Amino acid sequence: MSSHKHTPISARHTEKPSFNAEQMAEVQRVIAQYPEGKSKSALIRILHMAEEAFGGWLSIETMDYVAEILKIQPIEVYEVATFYTMFNIEPVGKYVFEVCHTGPCMLVGSDNIITYIENKLGIKVGETTKDGLFTLKTAECLGACGYAPMLQCGKIFHEHLTPEKVDQIIEAYRSGNTNF
Amino acid sequence: MGRRILLEHDNVSGIETYEVYRKQGGYRSVEKAIKKMSPEQVVEEVQKSGLRGRGGAGFPTGMKWSFIAKPEGVPRYLLCNADESEPGTFKDRYLMEKIPHLLIEGMIVSSYALGCNQSYIYIRGEYMWILDILEKAIAEAYANGWLGKNILGSGFNLDLSVAPGGGAYICGEETALIESLEGKRGNPRIKPPFPAVKGLWGCPTVVNNVESIAAVVPIVNDGGEEYAKIGLGKSTGTKLISASGNLVRPGVYEIEMGITVEEFIYGDEWCRGIANGKKLKACVPGGSSVPILPHYLVCKTATGEDRLMTYESLADGGFASGSMLGSGGFIVFDEDQCVVRNTWNFARFYAHESCGQCSPCREGTGWMEKVLNRLEHGQGNMRDIDLLAEINKKIEGNTICPLGDAAAWPVAAAIRHFREEFEWHVNDRETSQKRNYGLVKEPSPIK
Ligand SMILES: Cc1cc2nc3c(=O)[nH]c(=O)nc-3n(C[C@H](O)[C@H](O)[C@H](O)COP(=O)(O)O)c2cc1C
Ligand code: SF4
Ligand code: FES
Repeated sequence: MSSHKHTPISARHTEKPSFNAEQMAEVQRVIAQYPEGKSKSALIRILHMAEEAFGGWLSIETMDYVAEILKIQPIEVYEVATFYTMFNIEPVGKYVFEVCHTGPCMLVGSDNIITYIENKLGIKVGETTKDGLFTLKTAECLGACGYAPMLQCGKIFHEHLTPEKVDQIIEAYRSGNTNF
Repeated sequence: MGRRILLEHDNVSGIETYEVYRKQGGYRSVEKAIKKMSPEQVVEEVQKSGLRGRGGAGFPTGMKWSFIAKPEGVPRYLLCNADESEPGTFKDRYLMEKIPHLLIEGMIVSSYALGCNQSYIYIRGEYMWILDILEKAIAEAYANGWLGKNILGSGFNLDLSVAPGGGAYICGEETALIESLEGKRGNPRIKPPFPAVKGLWGCPTVVNNVESIAAVVPIVNDGGEEYAKIGLGKSTGTKLISASGNLVRPGVYEIEMGITVEEFIYGDEWCRGIANGKKLKACVPGGSSVPILPHYLVCKTATGEDRLMTYESLADGGFASGSMLGSGGFIVFDEDQCVVRNTWNFARFYAHESCGQCSPCREGTGWMEKVLNRLEHGQGNMRDIDLLAEINKKIEGNTICPLGDAAAWPVAAAIRHFREEFEWHVNDRETSQKRNYGLVKEPSPIK
């Protein structure tokens, strides 16, 4: 069986991940949405849950654990985890900023916003701040083109961005006051 | 004020809840269909309505429904395509966020018509908060007897759930969506067999866009003929348009098909003109996959007729001087924008999103991105421009799904209409690089 290409240390968790009872109940609820024998259909949803539960990214251990739950081969999980761009297969910061840089956002200044965030956080796109708080990424159209420029952080869309608004958002995440 | 039949109640406070939605007349279509109509009659009304798929291709919904195979003892599936990833498109999001029960109501009536007992809404992974909204609304629908076993005592059973994607534009293509819903990579399937015969888990399947399914609600309520009276010619009904770019008032609008493009861009009721008093330079009227129109072909066709917001009028002139309504992702460029830069940007998008199965698409999109990147950054040459203009001939017809074409057509159109701008990037590298194209001075003027 082929194994997943990874950096030996960074792409591993030291402990075997395990959903708690409440998370497991949710996993089972999702699996039950599919007919007998079709539980693989729940894979993408469970990977999203696993990411949230185990540090914001998918380690080999996490992917193997998900394979075990769904009774499928680990490679079936690796394949999916690497195909879909939302999944992080390397560790990321606590907050991942995904700034949309596709046409409609670019027309109203997303490039400037990206540069502004890079300068403000002292990192380039693709990097994580030293304190492990922020990772900056770019993303393709996120469905907010009329409210651009915008960035996504977790489930939240921050829209109509200006430098002042970016300042406020970063400040809020830094202070843990994330009730947007 | 144009007629609004999908977003009629979007401003009613609490419309996302079951109580308020029901009070506004919600779920009437389910009562009517299940109590008074046969599934075939529902399909017939949809056929009469002339409704065309709102996901981009504009294929008649009623006809698509009539194709579904009905082998004895095999389940059939209705899948709602809420992947909405075409750059410039954000209308399905608006509908689901604001009026989630409208989609659920449409799913119930459509599932009844198609004879499905299990349906799914496949939503792009980035819309996770909308998935929460939909699940909440679905739970309300179950609690009130609109979903589950024996709906309205009719013997009709329906289960409905939501499945997220993981960030892949290609999963909006219907067979890739099916693959993804089976828990796999989103690689489109070779057709035939079509999903109507072999779709989800090898069973007959219909895939419809969010807006198409929502439109079934007024069609059943008022009748297909009434619906067909709205709009113009074969562009019946209303259409949700996602307006973005350099507009005074971008956003989601429901229009009656047939209003003029000029009215839509400049009218008070709609986008109110170009932002910051600038001039219109170009427009991509139907999402990133459709040809760009230069300003002189936006409001008028090549023969001088008013350009209308209909499938036919936007396509008037074919690829030489027309475009397409597509998904209704209406992207507007002001005079300061650079078409070369935007073309490169879109090419980068397609190169990023190609699933990689077919070499003409995988290699072709990557190659276009590289060449356009070179041109945009003042390192291209004249031959590059000619090569790009020809690229679609190499991709067209040689791929499994239309993504390859969708990537190539806009490039060809941009060069056709804006060749001088491309040449300028070759002939006067320095000046073309100095202009701060595409970058609006902060703070962003768009509210
Ligand atoms: C690359 C590609 C991406 C697509 N993305 C979407 C999408 O995001 N949403 C959508 O409804 N249809 C999308 N489509 C069209 C679907 O394949 C399909 O035609 C549509 O969902 C059918 O629904 P309709 O008939 O109601 O429009 C896409 C097609 C292609 C080739
Ligand atoms: S045309 Fe492109 S996206 Fe479509 S199947 Fe082929 S490689 Fe994948
Ligand atoms: S282009 Fe940025 S959200 Fe659509």
